Amino acid sequence: MQQESTNWLDQRTGYKALVHEALFENVPGGARWRYVWGSTLTFFFAVQVITGVFLWMAYSPSSQTAWESVYFIQNQMWGGWFLRGLHHFVAHAMTILLVLHLMQVIIDGAYKAPREINFWSGVIMLVLVLALSLTGYLLPWDQEGFWATAVSTNIIALTPGVGAATQSVVVGGTDYGHHTLTRFFALHAGVIPGAIMLFIVVHIYLFRRHGVKPAEPKKGPDVGFWPDQVLRDAVACLAVLLVVIFFVIRYHGAPLGAPADPTEQYAAARPEWYFLFLFEFLKYFPGSAEVVGAIIVPMLLMAVLVAMPYFGKWKLGHRFNLGFMAVMIAGASLLTYLALRADKNDPEYIASAAAAEVDAARAVELANAGIPVTGAAALMREDALTQGPRIFSKNCAACHRYDGHDGLGAPLPKDSISASDLKGFGSRAWLARFLDPDSIVTPRHWGGTVHKDGDMVSWLQEKVPEFTDEERQVFQYAAWALSAEAGLKSQREMDVRDSAKIAIGLAFIQDTTKGCTSCHTFRDRKKDPPELTGYASRAWMIDFIYDPAHERFFGDNNDRMPSFGKDKTLSPKELGLVADWLRGEWYVPAKNVVRKADGK
Amino acid sequence: MPSSSKDEPGQLTPASTPDDRRNFMTKAAALAVGGLITVVAPVAGLFTFLDPLRRKAETRGLVRVATIGSLPTNGEPRKIAVLDTLIDAWNRTENVPIGSVYVQKTGEKTVRVLNAVCPHLGCAVGYNPAKTGYACPCHKSSFSMDGTILDPKSPSPRGMDELEAEVRANGEVWVKFQNFRKGSADKIPV
Repeated sequence: MQQESTNWLDQRTGYKALVHEALFENVPGGARWRYVWGSTLTFFFAVQVITGVFLWMAYSPSSQTAWESVYFIQNQMWGGWFLRGLHHFVAHAMTILLVLHLMQVIIDGAYKAPREINFWSGVIMLVLVLALSLTGYLLPWDQEGFWATAVSTNIIALTPGVGAATQSVVVGGTDYGHHTLTRFFALHAGVIPGAIMLFIVVHIYLFRRHGVKPAEPKKGPDVGFWPDQVLRDAVACLAVLLVVIFFVIRYHGAPLGAPADPTEQYAAARPEWYFLFLFEFLKYFPGSAEVVGAIIVPMLLMAVLVAMPYFGKWKLGHRFNLGFMAVMIAGASLLTYLALRADKNDPEYIASAAAAEVDAARAVELANAGIPVTGAAALMREDALTQGPRIFSKNCAACHRYDGHDGLGAPLPKDSISASDLKGFGSRAWLARFLDPDSIVTPRHWGGTVHKDGDMVSWLQEKVPEFTDEERQVFQYAAWALSAEAGLKSQREMDVRDSAKIAIGLAFIQDTTKGCTSCHTFRDRKKDPPELTGYASRAWMIDFIYDPAHERFFGDNNDRMPSFGKDKTLSPKELGLVADWLRGEWYVPAKNVVRKADGK
Repeated sequence: MPSSSKDEPGQLTPASTPDDRRNFMTKAAALAVGGLITVVAPVAGLFTFLDPLRRKAETRGLVRVATIGSLPTNGEPRKIAVLDTLIDAWNRTENVPIGSVYVQKTGEKTVRVLNAVCPHLGCAVGYNPAKTGYACPCHKSSFSMDGTILDPKSPSPRGMDELEAEVRANGEVWVKFQNFRKGSADKIPV
């Protein structure tokens, strides 16, 4: 029965001859491990097509959905992280396999006549696979991919003559956006793989036509491709696959940075590691010579590679080719090492890479609660925890500190002018230090400002040392009462618990003869600034940063603090973000929150 | 090439191999390893592909759709878009249309709310005042004012889906919006 049906099929398709043709390729000198590279590349290309098509089913190429859909694959879909990781790390593995395959071909002289066309089709596929890597790197639309692609597409623009036009066509306009993604995606998932399939057919056809170029000396008698060489090929594939799976599990899929934001500087942008040598190479070509390093030299090197079959005819040609290959590999390795070493010793890169990790994790945290249709980058732009430190570092850290640093964690020069350290501003701990006659005059508070010679400091220095124990206690409660004005989320429970003590403190604040309101304005008592009503509350802080020289605040006594809002240095939204961040108020995910969409 | 086109796949043997036993082991190993590496990518893909099977529609609470005063007193239906939070894969959008309902006033404090989608295959059902009933433009199902099947030849297996609704003291009409499986005689929430 089976015999009958296979015969039926064979008569109509001739499949048996095809299978035979496929399996009984003669392997002169017997099966060898060094012949496995071509098969592994074909196998992993098939893996990429399969995983790629499945990823395609969940991927959405546009600037508001690319990162978001990849986030969803990575973090919400069943096994999505594994699928994505497989696609990502197999791509890395293929780059290595390509180099190994090329090395084997050159070492064995398999590029020589009559196999030149086969060699060239391989070189074309090498370029096509690198193009796949380049286009694929952009698709998640995260900071890494976005900035690295910005660089690579700007390199295209360096090409004399047609560069700028080519760049516009590739990018889909003058700026990166929807059409950059749709084009890159069509290239990545359609055009380039299609071309590769075509070339694989040509490559394998020509390979079969000319047969294996045996590595001399032959180790044994000729055998068929099946089963000895097939087994070796399969074992090699398995070994590579196991390494890939190790990385997939180790990194829980593929990395996904924070969503791309053209307005967000990203100093840690680097190409994938296998392009690092080019990245490093460009550093040696200043200014107008850039085109030499980016276009001309790589083109010349490719030309030498393409010309290898011709060189191979010369007496010492094969040795030249081997030498060229060795120099290329050594050079690329050296440049890669230099690039890695430079980054390892670059504090700016290290800080930026660390910040990128924090942002990436925060983006996922925010996205877990659902992403608005404006995209995840908008979520990040409205997040106090993300934006607060940036605004602080750019605008406030010239004078202020945040726990001793600039808000982003970078240390500040010791001799820089200093206003108050604002970590915990308005909290009980902060006010306890501020209202201490000794610590208020340290650089941590007013030591670096004109206020150290002001009325507040002299009042503290005059009164506090004279306090009786009871007065000292009341004064502490007054600080608590002032802190309660801030309405800090972190102190909500304490404020409720200590309401009786806060009432005692409030009475001191409102004592117009020896309490705070002997000088300050508070609630209905109108006296002098700075006003203490709602001290350190969100509204108070926004108003203060808007215009510290306002008569409610420092007025004429303002010491160099710019009016950030009044001068339009900061937008109302930015004022709110930095105030929220200083007050420690930002979105915190509820513990064990499970998205409704999971249906749990 | 040896002439062996009559060989069975799996029993193919190149003429030059001497040791059949060793050859068999090699073949078995090649098939096993080959099979193992081949399944990884499709299986990984299938898991993600089948992800929708573990996702269920949200269970929604009551949503305000109208006030009783805004409904025609003669019992004619008004078609109203239901606004609620829409979760579409990664997107979460507040206060957007998630579906439409027909709302009819049936008494001082009572309403009838029908899902505006045809229970047959999900087309949008229209209201025809001349015929005082609903009609689906796709396959000509027709429904009477209370949503029951009007024409026995209607392809729809059940009447229009009535939704749980309440009229609150202040006259607001609140609806529990739900979709049901299409093409089934039973009303099964999706």
